[in-house]
Amino acid sequence: MGEVNVKKVNRIKPSLWEKSYIPEIIRGLSVTAKHFFGNLSPRESRRQIFTRAYPDEGTDYYPERFRGLHRLMLREDGQVRCVACMCCSTICPADCIHIEAGEHDDPNIEKYPDVFVIDELRCIVCGLCVEACPCDAIRMDTGVHIPPYTERDDAFFERDLLMQLGGLSEAKQGGNTKAAAE
Amino acid sequence: MAEILISLAKIIVIVFVFVMGLASLMTLLGDRKQSARIQNRLGPSRANFFGQSLFGLPHFIADGIKMLLKENIVPAQSNKLLHTIAPALVFMPALIGWAVIPFMDHYCTGTVEVIMPGDGYGVDHYTEVCRGGEWKNYFSIMHMNSGVLFAFAIAAVSVYGAAIAGWASNSKFSLIGGLRSTAQMISYEVAMGLSLAGALVIYGTLNINEMVRMQGHLLGDWLPMWGIVVQPLAFFLFLLAGLAETKRAPFDLPEGESEIVAGYITEYSSMKFAMMQLAEYAATVFIAALVTVVFLGGWQFPFVYADGFRIFDIHTTFGLSEDVWYWVSIFLRIGAMVFKILVLVWLQFMMRWTLPRFRYDQVMTLGWKILLPLSIANLFITALVLTIL
Repeated sequence: MGEVNVKKVNRIKPSLWEKSYIPEIIRGLSVTAKHFFGNLSPRESRRQIFTRAYPDEGTDYYPERFRGLHRLMLREDGQVRCVACMCCSTICPADCIHIEAGEHDDPNIEKYPDVFVIDELRCIVCGLCVEACPCDAIRMDTGVHIPPYTERDDAFFERDLLMQLGGLSEAKQGGNTKAAAE
Repeated sequence: MAEILISLAKIIVIVFVFVMGLASLMTLLGDRKQSARIQNRLGPSRANFFGQSLFGLPHFIADGIKMLLKENIVPAQSNKLLHTIAPALVFMPALIGWAVIPFMDHYCTGTVEVIMPGDGYGVDHYTEVCRGGEWKNYFSIMHMNSGVLFAFAIAAVSVYGAAIAGWASNSKFSLIGGLRSTAQMISYEVAMGLSLAGALVIYGTLNINEMVRMQGHLLGDWLPMWGIVVQPLAFFLFLLAGLAETKRAPFDLPEGESEIVAGYITEYSSMKFAMMQLAEYAATVFIAALVTVVFLGGWQFPFVYADGFRIFDIHTTFGLSEDVWYWVSIFLRIGAMVFKILVLVWLQFMMRWTLPRFRYDQVMTLGWKILLPLSIANLFITALVLTIL
């Protein structure tokens, strides 16, 4: 027979008061009842509810580098900044970016995205596309949540729509803001 | 003919409107909204009705519609007949028991006259007599001299439903759940019946309406002699045993989600599942009604009687004529009954969200080793005191 290590656990014997349950149950009920009535109170300050009816009621404390809907940045002349290098669609873990490159008329610009579609329902909002972009053409700083869709087709955000979101910047893009501000 | 119509009206109003309405509303308000408030959440609010969320009320309608539209799956190896009738066997007892629950005293077609002790009629207590008319039973479905026995017999029958559901499903989880619910309900029925016996010894009647009438007597002209006053221990025992009878947390061992999936309702889907669930809520409301009529004065509104407001030597109708006051008292009494039921249902849901679950052996220990001896002692002492007095 090997030696058995026995650890004596110091169990606290409940007193008769506790063992009769009823006073302790009443104590527990008073805690839950306090929460229940406090949260029903018409006065906001009495309530302790920390969830919110989300899409109806926005939030006000997003962090500065919050990631939301994508936007496509513009050149100074209003054209899309993207050069269709496929970095973002390559790195995207959810495979939600679809780009078809087109040849640009301007000889200084090699390529541009003829089709640029982001499936916002597949997007996992990881921000890797923003990290991967070599020319700061895609950002996720619109401060807008990806809304819930009832129609599947509504979730495909095309190039022009993504470009329209360009003006909505709320957050500071990471790092040097001077370069980001252009 | 009129009698039949009145009976039908009573059944529809009490069972289908009040009980079913409250039970289905409780699936939302009790389980989801109340728990959310207790846990500092908002709870469901997304279902809406023409754009109005109405505090999330449409959710229970949405739940019902969803349940109706779900596929009804019957396990291939199950006993189809028993599997199909089991939900009804669980559900019906929860509704049939309401036959004997009075929501108000009998209605007097004449005038109510009150006889007090010392008026020369030889009564011990305040007694109401109907002169120039008769007592009409308008506020309980059935007037039964052995109402309490009937209610308990019916409540006991619901064991069959759970046991049959567990067996017919041909699943081990279901079988364990069914056996557990059988053991639990039988154990607690004993404690429940014996704690009630103490109250019966005092009232000396099995007629529920008569019991409620007796609870209107005033002790020392100011304390209503409700069951909780004369039988405080029995009240707690009964409430606890009743809580165990409804198979809800903290006594939800027959369905213990964390150990046996959903117990005897594991293999049920669609509306059969909904009926099993609804039966539980209906049982909750029924237990609340039983506690109310036996221990909380039933339809008695403190100090409000058919002939006026009475406390100490004060007797007033607040300037109303006797007929008007009679109607006021009827509404106050129905309101009191409904209010007491609602409070008790609320309390049972509070218990569910307050207390942790018991272990199975603890449930059995509590039932047989604590509640049963206590209720026997309570009965014994009550009988002794009554004999000595």
